[in-house]
Amino acid sequence: MAEIDKPMLLEWYRQMFLIRQFENQCDVLYKEKKITGVYMHLYSGLEATGVGAVAALRPSDHVITAYRDHGIALARGMDPKVAMAEMMGKRTGCSGGKGGSMHLASREHNFWGGYAIVGGHLPLAAGIALESRYNGKDDVVLSFIGDGATNNGYFHEAVNLSAVWDLPVVWLIENNGYGMGTPVEVASGQPELHKRAVAYGIKDMGRVDGQNVVDVYNVVTKAVEYARKKGPVLIESLTYRYKGHGVSDRSYDKLAELRDWQQKDPILVLQDYLCKHFECIEEELKDIERAEMAAVHAAVEFAEDSEAPTYDDLISHVYVEE
Amino acid sequence: MADKNMPMREALRMALREEMIRDERVFVMGEEVGAWQGTHRVTRGFLEEFGEKRVRDTPISEMAIAGAAVGAAMAGLRPVAEIMTINFAFLSLDAIINHAAKIHYMFNGQFRVPMVIRAASGWGDQATATHSHTPEPIFAHFPGLYVGCPATPRDAKGMLKAAIRDDNPVLFTESIALYPKPGLVPEEDDFVLPIGKADIKREGRHVTLVTYARGVEWSLQAAEQLAKEGVECEVVDLRWLRPLDTATVFESFQKTNRCVVVEESLPYYSVGSEIAAQLQEHMFDYMDAPVKRVSAMDVPLPYAREIELMALPNAQKVVDAVREII
Ligand SMILES: Cc1ncc(C[n+]2csc(CCOP(=O)(O)OP(=O)(O)O)c2C)c(N)n1
Ligand SMILES: [Mg+2]
Repeated sequence: MAEIDKPMLLEWYRQMFLIRQFENQCDVLYKEKKITGVYMHLYSGLEATGVGAVAALRPSDHVITAYRDHGIALARGMDPKVAMAEMMGKRTGCSGGKGGSMHLASREHNFWGGYAIVGGHLPLAAGIALESRYNGKDDVVLSFIGDGATNNGYFHEAVNLSAVWDLPVVWLIENNGYGMGTPVEVASGQPELHKRAVAYGIKDMGRVDGQNVVDVYNVVTKAVEYARKKGPVLIESLTYRYKGHGVSDRSYDKLAELRDWQQKDPILVLQDYLCKHFECIEEELKDIERAEMAAVHAAVEFAEDSEAPTYDDLISHVYVEE
Repeated sequence: MADKNMPMREALRMALREEMIRDERVFVMGEEVGAWQGTHRVTRGFLEEFGEKRVRDTPISEMAIAGAAVGAAMAGLRPVAEIMTINFAFLSLDAIINHAAKIHYMFNGQFRVPMVIRAASGWGDQATATHSHTPEPIFAHFPGLYVGCPATPRDAKGMLKAAIRDDNPVLFTESIALYPKPGLVPEEDDFVLPIGKADIKREGRHVTLVTYARGVEWSLQAAEQLAKEGVECEVVDLRWLRPLDTATVFESFQKTNRCVVVEESLPYYSVGSEIAAQLQEHMFDYMDAPVKRVSAMDVPLPYAREIELMALPNAQKVVDAVREII
């Protein structure tokens, strides 16, 4: 396992700060009706899980997730400009303005996308992993899974398939406590979701504190090694969504609970860690923050200055054309 | 009792509530129907009024929601299962098509499947390609299943009550765009509209507009505009895609000799295709012009508003289609 050094920690800080800024900006832009539509699910609060997990991969490994995808896209290296342009439905967006918030993707980063049908991407993860095995590669797939998504049929079928075919998949459950309005304990007979690994005969790597990027990185690094050599792994990361389910969530009134979680804010946790281990780091962190704020502003400007898609875009790519 | 003005979601709530009071066997199940008060607020207040036994929150388990409803219905209950939006009913297809629709026939009448699947449906509002379907025609393809798609609050109440009382499985779709639209609704709790009966929403003698669900609104707007030019459209709201009320369509067509089919769904293998086929087969002698079809464009629905609107049907597209054949 790579030693965790200062540049790595600062890079994670940068990514987490970028994601938080990006999501705050999306929130503002939605209220200003510059980002439109009925769906937008923010990653605020979950940054340590996404950043720590993605950091455990090589560039040739693969990442796939559900619709809460902005943070994963940015952690994987997507330019905030093309992410923001997609949010605003511009033709310069990563999906040409056709996909929107829930469908960010970047082939060049081996980020296979956000998917809006709950559970729908899980068999895709298995299939992508099959290609890796099939062609004798040792690339792994990191598939994020919502806690709620563990209850539809896709989860069962995809995880079981990964087991019987020994597929190199790291199944990472982002347990943020809820699927829309339903608490995990209400939806899942076994609320310790990692234990489901037993039922499929795959490696159970237990629970990890999803607010702590170092912990997440460490466990996912082990999981990736295991998946590369042996086969599928299940991990459960305990985390929280700060902004409720999404923009349609009008009943978000769990303020006390939110405050508790904010005590363990992933960015603050990393800040504490950095300040404890390195002297006079504060200025460096401030520089990073300034740079990322500027990057998000530049992204918004880029998106606002970009053109909307046209009729030709509307009818292009329905089929593969030469 | 006088009629009361209310949005469609309240008319649906009224119908469901009345049927739950009327028949102990009726219960609702689905994602977020209880504590969250319903994704589309149709079941608001139900958990408090009827309790957990009859207002059943489920995990995100579309295959199980539909499949368990089939089993409960076979065993004698009358489930009204909510699939949050019709887009997720694709995960339930096997239970709906291979089981709900087939069991009565396949076992030679030994079992009945008196269930309703309610699902919100519709294009628009940048919900994007996976969340913008109106696939009612797919379901209407299969014998054994009824498919109802109300266009007004009044119809919503009368049709949903009919669906719940019927002994056959019904797929009942509710246009998301119509939930907030108001209309007059009879308050009587025996207001039930017959399954499979279309409704003339506007009379006219020059062109028949055959439509359903959200298409009714576009058709009525178009008819209003065309009336100013002296073109009188008759708007036939099918209300049910199965059973399909061809008699009402034929009767109107014998008078107008022209037809435009207006639907929110996609053009291929659609209601438009079916109506055009029925008319040429049975009404050939009455035909004065080709049957026109207005539908969504044949593309997956994109996110960006500009191109999304290009792809969607609207009243102007209906007006244009009528002008082509008049
Ligand atoms: C098959 C399907 N069913 C229902 C929905 C509606 N829906 C969207 S997100 C969601 C909750 C998912 O929760 P979870 O998997 O925990 O992910 P989180 O939002 O917490 O990241 C539901 C029910 C959907 N998109 N797809
Ligand atoms: Mg969740």
